[in-house]
Amino acid sequence: MTATPTSSRLVDLFEYGLDAPICLTWELTYACNLSCAHCLSSSGRRDPRELSTAKAKAVIDELEAMQVFYVNIGGGEPTVRPDFWELLDHATNHHVGVKFSTNGVRITRETAERLAGNDYVDVQVSLDGATADVNDAVRGPGSYATALRALEHLAAAGMRNFKISVVCTRHNIPQLDDFKALADRFGAQLRLTRLRPSGRGADVWDDLHPTAGQQRELYDWLLAHGDNVLTGDSFFHLAGYGQALPGLNLCGAGRVVCLIDPVGDVYACPFAIHEEFLAGNVRAPGGFSRVWRDSELFRRLRTPQHGGACASCAFYDTCKGGCMAAKFFTGLPLDGPDPECVQGHGEKLLTLRPVGGSGLPKPSGDHSHRTGAPVRDCVEDPLAGLRLTPKEENGAHG
Amino acid sequence: MTAMDLDRAWDLHPQVSVRPEPFGALLYHFGTRRLSFLKDRRLLAVVQALADAPTARAACLAAGLAEDELSRYGRALAVLAQSSMVVGRTS
Ligand code: SF4
Ligand code: SF4
Repeated sequence: MTATPTSSRLVDLFEYGLDAPICLTWELTYACNLSCAHCLSSSGRRDPRELSTAKAKAVIDELEAMQVFYVNIGGGEPTVRPDFWELLDHATNHHVGVKFSTNGVRITRETAERLAGNDYVDVQVSLDGATADVNDAVRGPGSYATALRALEHLAAAGMRNFKISVVCTRHNIPQLDDFKALADRFGAQLRLTRLRPSGRGADVWDDLHPTAGQQRELYDWLLAHGDNVLTGDSFFHLAGYGQALPGLNLCGAGRVVCLIDPVGDVYACPFAIHEEFLAGNVRAPGGFSRVWRDSELFRRLRTPQHGGACASCAFYDTCKGGCMAAKFFTGLPLDGPDPECVQGHGEKLLTLRPVGGSGLPKPSGDHSHRTGAPVRDCVEDPLAGLRLTPKEENGAHG
Repeated sequence: MTAMDLDRAWDLHPQVSVRPEPFGALLYHFGTRRLSFLKDRRLLAVVQALADAPTARAACLAAGLAEDELSRYGRALAVLAQSSMVVGRTS
């Protein structure tokens, strides 16, 4: 970090990157018991090169030294790693908070009690429908029942404010109030994230992403409920409807967030698993901190970005052209509008693409179950758990 | 906003982690799961001095602040107290 911004907006300080990520996503394994249609990391089968327990602990020690506040652990289904609980304890004993995403398969009464007893752990149970039919159509048969059972165990164990994590789709936008009611029933907090065309999500994005009308509905709903619903950096592209929503209005890729994948590869963002966004590997000399500080890619992402076709838009200051990963995987230029640009500019560009999806970038690895059954728990939106104290948006200088 | 009582002892909340950054520092509260930030390094020095100072005023002076800066930094501390980043200390 070289610039010394004088601005008092937190997002403007973030634009130049930080000495260490605020939080990062760590996908511990590509193994998963499910096969969700929209899995951002194309998970299913374990990768034999997965980081060992010892190496994973060494990474945690490094995160402690860098004072990374917390890691978002995902996968795959992280809890199917036999050393999951050991790694979780290692992290929280070393002042690295853990938020982990799960489809609920290993959340029993015992594990729920263990989680409730640890102040440095937060659990996010993935649910993509407020009813079994809507959820299971995307996440696979029985996945709704599994998630609900996990929520019951967590609530019964006295865990407070765990998250119900929803990827917003065309089918569940009409259920926003039902999701909220479900969260309230369990004393949980609702977390809504954006469906991005990453991993297997690319294959279903055209059919599942919310319609323009639904985006508006979502925006209005978030304006009404925003303070109690977490969204991280999911919906800043909706700022073009008027005022900015609560949450982080910035693409944090390589600046405040990044991804460590199961084999130790570091990417700019969990939704950008492609060699174009590969910054290095934690096994290389210098480890993770070297990658974070010195990677060419990250340095580039930390320089001011240009608006391109968006520069003349009145909402550029808050929308910033939207999500880099969404543009990349839909084949749109990175310095232009988001595919879901609320002004309709992205949609126009999408229709100009060659038919059949040829030429679209494919994710670097595919670990999908070969059976073709669906796979996984998803949504490791890096910042979706982040709460910025609204006051501090203006600086802690009263 | 209630004003900061500069003449009593304060401390960082035990669940708050502070990470210096070139612009100042980032604060993360593991209890409330909230992130905050300090806009300059001198405020960081004040916050770090709280634990060993008998009063917030003493912490400010120890961090090299002048008398006429106290009210401005006092307001910054009040914001931190409001979000429980900084809490009163009795011992
Ligand atoms: S690429 Fe998209 S998902 Fe990734 S940090 Fe940027 S805005 Fe967020
Ligand atoms: S034109 Fe660009 S900046 Fe304007 S709303 Fe669309 S994506 Fe956002």
